[in-house]
Amino acid sequence: MAGGKERVLRRRIGSVQNTKKITRAMELIAATRVVKAQQRARSAKPYAEQITSVIENLAAGGAEVDHPLLRKAEKVSCVGVVVISSDRGLAGPYNSSVIRAAERQVQNARSEGADYSLVVIGRKARDYFAFRNFNIDSYTEGISDNPTYEDARRIAETVSEMFSERKVDRVELVYTEFLSIGSQKVAVRRFLPLEDTEVIASEGGGDSNSSTAFEFEPSAESVLEALLPRYVEARLFGALLESAASEHANRQRAMKAATDNAEELIIKLSREMNQARQDAITTEIMEIVSGAEALGSDSEKVTEMLDLVGSSSENNS
Amino acid sequence: MTFQVELVSPEDISYSGEAEMVIARTVEGGDIAFQPGHVPFIGVLSVWSVEVIRPDGERDVFAVHRGFVQVAGTKVSILSDVSETADEIDIERAKEARVSAKELIQSNSEDQEAIASLERSEVRLRVAGVEV
Repeated sequence: MAGGKERVLRRRIGSVQNTKKITRAMELIAATRVVKAQQRARSAKPYAEQITSVIENLAAGGAEVDHPLLRKAEKVSCVGVVVISSDRGLAGPYNSSVIRAAERQVQNARSEGADYSLVVIGRKARDYFAFRNFNIDSYTEGISDNPTYEDARRIAETVSEMFSERKVDRVELVYTEFLSIGSQKVAVRRFLPLEDTEVIASEGGGDSNSSTAFEFEPSAESVLEALLPRYVEARLFGALLESAASEHANRQRAMKAATDNAEELIIKLSREMNQARQDAITTEIMEIVSGAEALGSDSEKVTEMLDLVGSSSENNS
Repeated sequence: MTFQVELVSPEDISYSGEAEMVIARTVEGGDIAFQPGHVPFIGVLSVWSVEVIRPDGERDVFAVHRGFVQVAGTKVSILSDVSETADEIDIERAKEARVSAKELIQSNSEDQEAIASLERSEVRLRVAGVEV
Protein backbone atom coordinates (compact mmCIF):
# COMPACT_ATOMS: atom_id res chain seq x y z
CA MET A 1 0.00 0.00 0.00
CA ALA A 2 1.39 3.36 -0.98
CA GLY A 3 0.62 5.22 2.27
CA GLY A 4 2.68 2.79 4.38
CA LYS A 5 5.96 4.67 4.44
CA GLU A 6 4.19 7.91 5.19
CA ARG A 7 2.39 6.39 8.13
CA VAL A 8 5.62 4.97 9.57
CA LEU A 9 7.31 8.33 9.29
CA ARG A 10 4.38 10.13 10.86
CA ARG A 11 4.56 7.80 13.83
CA ARG A 12 8.31 8.35 14.22
CA ILE A 13 7.86 12.11 14.14
CA GLY A 14 5.28 11.78 16.89
CA SER A 15 7.64 9.77 19.06
CA VAL A 16 10.54 12.16 18.49
CA GLN A 17 8.25 15.03 19.43
CA ASN A 18 7.37 13.31 22.70
CA THR A 19 11.04 12.71 23.45
CA LYS A 20 11.74 16.34 22.74
CA LYS A 21 9.12 17.41 25.26
CA ILE A 22 10.76 15.24 27.91
CA THR A 23 14.30 16.41 27.22
CA ARG A 24 13.15 20.02 27.16
CA ALA A 25 11.52 19.59 30.57
CA MET A 26 14.65 17.96 31.96
CA GLU A 27 16.75 20.76 30.57
CA LEU A 28 14.64 23.39 32.31
CA ILE A 29 14.65 21.50 35.61
CA ALA A 30 18.43 21.06 35.47
CA ALA A 31 18.81 24.76 34.70
CA THR A 32 17.02 25.80 37.89
CA ARG A 33 18.86 23.18 39.94
CA VAL A 34 22.26 24.22 38.73
CA VAL A 35 21.61 27.75 39.97
CA LYS A 36 20.58 26.46 43.38
CA ALA A 37 23.52 24.09 43.61
CA GLN A 38 25.89 26.87 42.66
CA GLN A 39 24.35 29.06 45.33
CA ARG A 40 24.88 26.36 47.94
CA ALA A 41 28.47 25.80 46.89
CA ARG A 42 29.05 29.53 47.24
CA SER A 43 27.48 29.85 50.66
CA ALA A 44 29.51 26.91 51.93
CA LYS A 45 32.75 28.71 51.06
CA PRO A 46 33.02 30.94 54.18
CA TYR A 47 33.17 27.96 56.53
CA ALA A 48 35.93 26.24 54.58
CA GLU A 49 37.82 29.50 54.30
CA GLN A 50 37.49 30.22 58.00
CA ILE A 51 38.72 26.75 58.91
CA THR A 52 41.68 27.21 56.60
CA SER A 53 42.38 30.58 58.11
CA VAL A 54 42.39 29.09 61.61
CA ILE A 55 44.84 26.45 60.41
CA GLU A 56 46.96 29.22 58.93
CA ASN A 57 47.05 30.99 62.23
CA LEU A 58 47.89 27.77 64.02
CA ALA A 59 50.70 27.07 61.60
CA ALA A 60 52.03 30.57 62.17
CA GLY A 61 51.81 29.92 65.90
CA GLY A 62 54.03 26.89 65.40
CA ALA A 63 51.51 24.22 66.35
CA GLU A 64 52.82 20.73 65.66
CA VAL A 65 50.82 17.63 66.33
CA ASP A 66 51.14 13.98 65.65
CA HIS A 67 47.59 13.54 64.46
CA PRO A 68 46.50 10.26 62.86
CA LEU A 69 45.16 12.17 59.87
CA LEU A 70 48.66 13.51 59.18
CA ARG A 71 50.35 10.10 59.25
CA LYS A 72 52.51 9.57 56.23
CA ALA A 73 53.09 5.92 55.46
CA GLU A 74 56.54 4.97 54.24
CA LYS A 75 55.14 2.22 52.11
CA VAL A 76 51.66 2.52 50.66
CA SER A 77 50.06 -0.89 50.75
CA CYS A 78 46.48 0.17 50.12
CA VAL A 79 45.10 3.21 48.31
CA GLY A 80 41.62 4.45 49.08
CA VAL A 81 39.70 6.01 46.21
CA VAL A 82 36.67 8.16 46.97
CA VAL A 83 34.62 8.69 43.84
CA ILE A 84 31.66 11.05 43.60
CA SER A 85 29.21 10.21 40.82
CA SER A 86 25.47 10.73 40.41
CA ASP A 87 22.51 8.45 40.99
CA ARG A 88 20.86 9.15 37.68
CA GLY A 89 22.20 9.22 34.17
CA LEU A 90 21.35 11.42 31.19
CA ALA A 91 24.04 13.82 32.26
CA GLY A 92 26.30 13.59 29.23
CA PRO A 93 29.87 12.57 29.99
CA TYR A 94 29.60 13.53 33.67
CA ASN A 95 29.59 10.04 35.15
CA SER A 96 31.74 8.25 32.63
CA SER A 97 34.62 10.71 32.92
CA VAL A 98 34.70 10.71 36.71
CA ILE A 99 34.44 6.91 36.77
CA ARG A 100 37.24 6.57 34.26
CA ALA A 101 39.48 8.79 36.38
CA ALA A 102 38.70 6.69 39.44
CA GLU A 103 39.45 3.47 37.60
CA ARG A 104 42.78 4.91 36.55
CA GLN A 105 43.58 5.57 40.21
CA VAL A 106 42.79 1.95 41.01
CA GLN A 107 45.03 0.78 38.17
CA ASN A 108 47.84 3.05 39.35
CA ALA A 109 47.55 1.52 42.79
CA ARG A 110 47.72 -1.95 41.32
CA SER A 111 50.74 -1.18 39.20
CA GLU A 112 52.49 0.10 42.32
CA GLY A 113 51.74 -3.27 43.83
CA ALA A 114 49.23 -1.82 46.27
CA ASP A 115 45.72 -2.89 47.07
CA TYR A 116 42.77 -0.55 46.58
CA SER A 117 39.69 0.32 48.54
CA LEU A 118 36.74 2.00 46.89
CA VAL A 119 34.44 4.46 48.62
CA VAL A 120 31.64 5.05 46.17
CA ILE A 121 29.07 7.82 46.19
CA GLY A 122 26.27 7.61 43.63
CA ARG A 123 24.55 4.70 41.95
CA LYS A 124 26.25 5.13 38.56
CA ALA A 125 29.76 4.48 39.86
CA ARG A 126 28.49 1.60 42.00
CA ASP A 127 26.88 -0.06 38.96
CA TYR A 128 30.04 0.35 36.94
CA PHE A 129 32.41 -1.04 39.55
CA ALA A 130 30.10 -3.76 40.79
CA PHE A 131 29.58 -4.99 37.22
CA ARG A 132 33.34 -5.29 36.79
CA ASN A 133 33.77 -7.14 40.08
CA PHE A 134 35.67 -4.43 41.92
CA ASN A 135 35.47 -4.50 45.69
CA ILE A 136 33.38 -1.67 47.02
CA ASP A 137 34.04 -0.97 50.68
CA SER A 138 31.55 1.77 51.26
CA TYR A 139 28.62 2.92 49.21
CA THR A 140 26.28 5.87 49.63
CA GLU A 141 23.37 6.76 47.40
CA GLY A 142 20.58 9.28 47.33
CA ILE A 143 22.72 12.28 48.26
CA SER A 144 24.58 13.24 45.14
CA ASP A 145 22.21 15.82 43.70
CA ASN A 146 21.55 17.59 46.99
CA PRO A 147 24.19 16.74 49.60
CA THR A 148 23.89 17.89 53.20
CA TYR A 149 26.71 18.50 55.62
CA GLU A 150 25.52 15.55 57.65
CA ASP A 151 26.14 13.29 54.62
CA ALA A 152 29.62 14.70 54.19
CA ARG A 153 30.33 14.22 57.89
CA ARG A 154 29.30 10.58 57.78
CA ILE A 155 31.39 9.73 54.74
CA ALA A 156 34.38 11.70 56.02
CA GLU A 157 34.15 9.78 59.26
CA THR A 158 34.15 6.44 57.43
CA VAL A 159 37.15 7.43 55.37
CA SER A 160 39.05 8.92 58.31
CA GLU A 161 38.43 5.76 60.30
CA MET A 162 39.74 3.57 57.48
CA PHE A 163 42.80 5.77 57.40
CA SER A 164 43.38 5.90 61.15
CA GLU A 165 43.00 2.15 61.44
CA ARG A 166 45.66 1.80 58.73
CA LYS A 167 43.36 -0.03 56.37
CA VAL A 168 44.41 2.50 53.76
CA ASP A 169 47.62 4.52 53.63
CA ARG A 170 46.57 7.12 51.14
CA VAL A 171 43.18 8.38 49.98
CA GLU A 172 42.48 10.03 46.65
CA LEU A 173 39.32 12.03 46.09
CA VAL A 174 37.90 11.90 42.56
CA TYR A 175 35.15 14.39 41.82
CA THR A 176 34.08 16.98 39.27
CA GLU A 177 35.21 20.53 39.80
CA PHE A 178 32.72 23.24 38.96
CA LEU A 179 34.72 25.96 37.26
CA SER A 180 31.82 27.81 35.66
CA ILE A 181 28.45 26.99 34.26
CA GLY A 182 30.04 26.17 30.93
CA SER A 183 33.08 24.33 32.20
CA GLN A 184 33.54 21.51 34.66
CA LYS A 185 36.45 19.15 34.88
CA VAL A 186 37.36 15.97 36.68
CA ALA A 187 39.70 16.54 39.58
CA VAL A 188 41.81 14.02 41.46
CA ARG A 189 42.97 15.36 44.79
CA ARG A 190 44.99 13.93 47.63
CA PHE A 191 42.48 13.60 50.45
CA LEU A 192 44.49 11.88 53.17
CA PRO A 193 47.03 12.11 54.70
CA LEU A 194 46.48 15.80 55.06
CA GLU A 195 49.25 18.04 53.95
CA ASP A 196 51.29 19.61 56.69
CA THR A 197 49.63 22.60 58.24
CA GLU A 198 52.14 24.90 56.53
CA VAL A 199 51.08 23.62 53.13
CA ILE A 200 47.38 23.99 53.92
CA ALA A 201 48.14 27.46 55.16
CA SER A 202 50.08 28.46 52.05
CA GLU A 203 47.28 27.21 49.80
CA GLY A 204 45.33 29.82 51.63
CA GLY A 205 41.84 31.00 50.95
CA GLY A 206 41.66 32.53 54.38
CA ASP A 207 41.81 36.24 54.96
CA SER A 208 43.76 36.20 58.16
CA ASN A 209 46.78 38.20 59.05
CA SER A 210 49.32 35.59 60.00
CA SER A 211 51.71 38.01 61.63
CA THR A 212 49.47 38.53 64.64
CA ALA A 213 50.19 36.37 67.64
CA PHE A 214 47.17 34.39 68.71
CA GLU A 215 46.21 33.12 72.10
CA PHE A 216 45.01 29.54 72.03
CA GLU A 217 42.70 27.81 74.39
CA PRO A 218 43.25 25.12 75.60
CA SER A 219 46.43 24.97 73.50
CA ALA A 220 47.44 25.31 69.88
CA GLU A 221 47.89 21.55 69.65
CA SER A 222 44.48 20.63 70.97
CA VAL A 223 42.79 23.25 68.81
CA LEU A 224 44.48 21.74 65.80
CA GLU A 225 43.52 18.27 66.88
CA ALA A 226 39.86 19.25 67.10
CA LEU A 227 40.07 21.20 63.88
CA LEU A 228 41.59 18.65 61.48
CA PRO A 229 38.55 16.33 61.35
CA ARG A 230 36.37 19.37 60.64
CA TYR A 231 38.72 20.37 57.87
CA VAL A 232 38.41 16.92 56.30
CA GLU A 233 34.61 17.14 56.50
CA ALA A 234 34.54 20.61 55.00
CA ARG A 235 36.74 19.52 52.11
CA LEU A 236 34.53 16.56 51.32
CA PHE A 237 31.43 18.70 51.63
CA GLY A 238 32.90 21.21 49.21
CA ALA A 239 33.66 18.42 46.74
CA LEU A 240 30.13 17.05 47.06
CA LEU A 241 28.59 20.45 46.42
CA GLU A 242 30.78 21.12 43.41
CA SER A 243 29.97 17.69 42.02
CA ALA A 244 26.26 18.32 42.46
CA ALA A 245 26.50 21.62 40.62
CA SER A 246 28.54 19.95 37.88
CA GLU A 247 26.03 17.14 37.57
CA HIS A 248 23.18 19.55 36.99
CA ALA A 249 25.21 21.66 34.58
CA ASN A 250 26.18 18.57 32.60
CA ARG A 251 22.61 17.33 32.53
CA GLN A 252 21.38 20.70 31.35
CA ARG A 253 23.91 20.68 28.53
CA ALA A 254 23.19 17.10 27.55
CA MET A 255 19.44 17.72 27.52
CA LYS A 256 19.84 20.88 25.50
CA ALA A 257 21.81 18.93 22.90
CA ALA A 258 19.16 16.21 22.92
CA THR A 259 16.39 18.76 22.40
CA ASP A 260 18.28 20.37 19.52
CA ASN A 261 18.89 16.99 17.93
CA ALA A 262 15.22 16.10 18.26
CA GLU A 263 14.29 19.34 16.54
CA GLU A 264 16.67 18.61 13.70
CA LEU A 265 15.39 15.07 13.39
CA ILE A 266 11.80 16.30 13.25
CA ILE A 267 12.66 18.62 10.37
CA LYS A 268 14.46 15.85 8.50
CA LEU A 269 11.70 13.34 9.04
CA SER A 270 9.00 15.81 8.01
CA ARG A 271 10.80 16.40 4.73
CA GLU A 272 11.07 12.68 4.16
CA MET A 273 7.43 12.27 5.00
CA ASN A 274 6.34 15.00 2.63
CA GLN A 275 8.37 13.45 -0.13
CA ALA A 276 6.88 10.02 0.54
CA ARG A 277 3.42 11.51 0.39
CA GLN A 278 4.16 13.30 -2.87
CA ASP A 279 5.54 10.08 -4.32
CA ALA A 280 2.38 8.26 -3.36
CA ILE A 281 0.27 10.91 -5.04
CA THR A 282 2.32 10.80 -8.21
CA THR A 283 2.01 7.05 -8.33
CA GLU A 284 -1.72 7.30 -7.90
CA ILE A 285 -2.04 9.77 -10.75
CA MET A 286 0.04 7.54 -12.95
CA GLU A 287 -2.19 4.64 -12.15
CA ILE A 288 -5.33 6.57 -12.92
CA VAL A 289 -3.97 7.97 -16.15
CA SER A 290 -2.82 4.60 -17.38
CA GLY A 291 -6.12 3.10 -16.28
CA ALA A 292 -7.97 5.73 -18.30
CA GLU A 293 -5.81 5.17 -21.33
CA ALA A 294 -6.50 1.45 -21.14
CA LEU A 295 -10.18 2.22 -21.50
CA GLY A 296 -9.34 3.28 -25.04
CA SER A 297 -10.78 5.96 -27.30
CA ASP A 298 -13.80 6.87 -25.22
CA SER A 299 -12.57 10.45 -25.12
CA GLU A 300 -15.38 11.72 -22.96
CA LYS A 301 -14.50 9.34 -20.18
CA VAL A 302 -10.81 10.23 -20.34
CA THR A 303 -11.55 13.92 -19.99
CA GLU A 304 -13.87 13.16 -17.11
CA MET A 305 -11.19 11.17 -15.37
CA LEU A 306 -8.52 13.79 -15.92
CA ASP A 307 -10.87 16.34 -14.37
CA LEU A 308 -11.30 14.05 -11.38
CA VAL A 309 -7.52 13.58 -11.04
CA GLY A 310 -6.99 17.30 -11.34
CA SER A 311 -9.32 18.11 -8.51
CA SER A 312 -7.94 15.33 -6.28
CA SER A 313 -4.29 16.39 -6.76
CA GLU A 314 -5.30 19.96 -5.92
CA ASN A 315 -6.73 18.66 -2.69
CA ASN A 316 -3.59 16.78 -2.00
CA SER A 317 -1.02 19.44 -2.67
CA MET B 1 32.58 50.42 70.34
CA THR B 2 31.37 47.39 68.47
CA PHE B 3 32.78 44.59 66.39
CA GLN B 4 31.51 42.20 63.76
CA VAL B 5 30.17 38.79 64.77
CA GLU B 6 29.64 35.93 62.36
CA LEU B 7 28.21 32.54 63.11
CA VAL B 8 29.48 30.38 60.28
CA SER B 9 28.00 26.96 59.61
CA PRO B 10 29.20 24.62 56.87
CA GLU B 11 26.13 25.43 54.79
CA ASP B 12 26.14 29.20 55.11
CA ILE B 13 26.66 32.19 57.36
CA SER B 14 23.76 31.70 59.74
CA TYR B 15 24.16 34.90 61.71
CA SER B 16 26.01 38.09 61.14
CA GLY B 17 25.84 41.39 62.94
CA GLU B 18 27.39 44.07 65.12
CA ALA B 19 27.94 43.35 68.78
CA GLU B 20 29.33 44.91 71.92
CA MET B 21 30.24 41.68 73.59
CA VAL B 22 30.29 37.94 72.91
CA ILE B 23 30.19 35.40 75.73
CA ALA B 24 31.18 31.78 75.10
CA ARG B 25 32.59 28.84 76.99
CA THR B 26 35.67 26.93 75.98
CA VAL B 27 36.38 23.25 76.57
CA GLU B 28 38.46 24.05 79.64
CA GLY B 29 35.16 24.91 81.27
CA GLY B 30 35.64 28.63 81.67
CA ASP B 31 33.37 31.31 80.32
CA ILE B 32 35.13 33.85 78.22
CA ALA B 33 33.79 37.19 77.09
CA PHE B 34 35.14 39.10 74.15
CA GLN B 35 34.93 42.82 73.72
CA PRO B 36 36.28 44.94 70.90
CA GLY B 37 40.04 45.09 71.09
CA HIS B 38 40.46 41.62 72.52
CA VAL B 39 43.79 39.99 71.68
CA PRO B 40 43.70 37.59 68.74
CA PHE B 41 42.27 34.37 70.08
CA ILE B 42 41.40 30.89 68.90
CA GLY B 43 39.53 28.50 71.15
CA VAL B 44 37.62 25.25 71.08
CA LEU B 45 34.06 25.72 72.30
CA SER B 46 32.39 23.31 74.63
CA VAL B 47 28.76 22.26 74.30
CA TRP B 48 27.29 25.45 75.64
CA SER B 49 25.58 28.62 74.64
CA VAL B 50 27.07 31.58 72.85
CA GLU B 51 25.63 34.95 73.77
CA VAL B 52 25.89 37.94 71.50
CA ILE B 53 25.12 41.30 73.09
CA ARG B 54 24.05 43.74 70.45
CA PRO B 55 24.69 47.50 70.59
CA ASP B 56 21.02 48.11 71.48
CA GLY B 57 21.39 45.94 74.56
CA GLU B 58 19.44 43.02 73.17
CA ARG B 59 21.05 39.62 73.36
CA ASP B 60 20.97 36.79 70.86
CA VAL B 61 21.63 33.36 72.29
CA PHE B 62 22.66 30.26 70.39
CA ALA B 63 23.19 26.68 71.42
CA VAL B 64 26.53 25.63 69.97
CA HIS B 65 27.22 21.92 70.14
CA ARG B 66 30.64 21.80 68.65
CA GLY B 67 32.84 24.47 67.26
CA PHE B 68 35.57 27.04 67.40
CA VAL B 69 35.82 30.71 68.05
CA GLN B 70 38.33 32.93 66.33
CA VAL B 71 38.84 36.54 67.30
CA ALA B 72 40.96 38.53 64.90
CA GLY B 73 41.04 42.28 64.66
CA THR B 74 37.51 43.60 64.66
CA LYS B 75 35.85 40.33 63.86
CA VAL B 76 34.64 37.38 65.88
CA SER B 77 33.91 34.20 63.93
CA ILE B 78 32.18 31.27 65.49
CA LEU B 79 32.60 28.13 63.42
CA SER B 80 30.16 25.42 64.23
CA ASP B 81 28.54 22.61 62.32
CA VAL B 82 25.68 22.39 64.81
CA SER B 83 24.20 25.59 66.17
CA GLU B 84 20.63 26.58 66.95
CA THR B 85 18.78 29.69 67.92
CA ALA B 86 16.19 29.71 70.69
CA ASP B 87 13.39 29.68 68.10
CA GLU B 88 14.72 26.57 66.41
CA ILE B 89 14.77 24.51 69.57
CA ASP B 90 12.02 22.01 70.21
CA ILE B 91 11.61 22.30 73.99
CA GLU B 92 9.49 19.19 74.40
CA ARG B 93 11.95 17.08 72.49
CA ALA B 94 14.88 18.44 74.46
CA LYS B 95 13.07 17.65 77.72
CA GLU B 96 12.38 14.11 76.61
CA ALA B 97 15.97 13.67 75.46
CA ARG B 98 17.17 14.94 78.85
CA VAL B 99 15.03 12.47 80.78
CA SER B 100 16.03 9.48 78.69
CA ALA B 101 19.71 10.46 78.77
CA LYS B 102 19.57 10.70 82.58
CA GLU B 103 18.07 7.25 82.79
CA LEU B 104 20.81 5.86 80.61
CA ILE B 105 23.49 7.48 82.73
CA GLN B 106 21.97 6.07 85.90
CA SER B 107 22.25 2.54 84.57
CA ASN B 108 25.68 3.12 83.06
CA SER B 109 27.62 6.18 84.18
CA GLU B 110 30.31 5.55 81.53
CA ASP B 111 27.93 5.92 78.57
CA GLN B 112 29.65 8.70 76.59
CA GLU B 113 26.83 9.03 74.12
CA ALA B 114 24.28 9.54 76.86
CA ILE B 115 26.48 12.10 78.59
CA ALA B 116 26.85 14.03 75.35
CA SER B 117 23.13 13.81 74.76
CA LEU B 118 22.42 15.11 78.26
CA GLU B 119 24.78 18.03 77.68
CA ARG B 120 23.10 18.85 74.39
CA SER B 121 19.60 18.73 75.77
CA GLU B 122 20.57 20.88 78.76
CA VAL B 123 22.16 23.55 76.65
CA ARG B 124 19.11 23.53 74.40
CA LEU B 125 16.80 24.06 77.33
CA ARG B 126 19.03 26.77 78.73
CA VAL B 127 19.05 28.64 75.43
CA ALA B 128 15.31 28.22 75.06
CA GLY B 129 14.92 29.89 78.44
CA VAL B 130 13.69 26.87 80.40
CA GLU B 131 15.12 26.42 83.87
CA VAL B 132 17.22 23.28 84.15
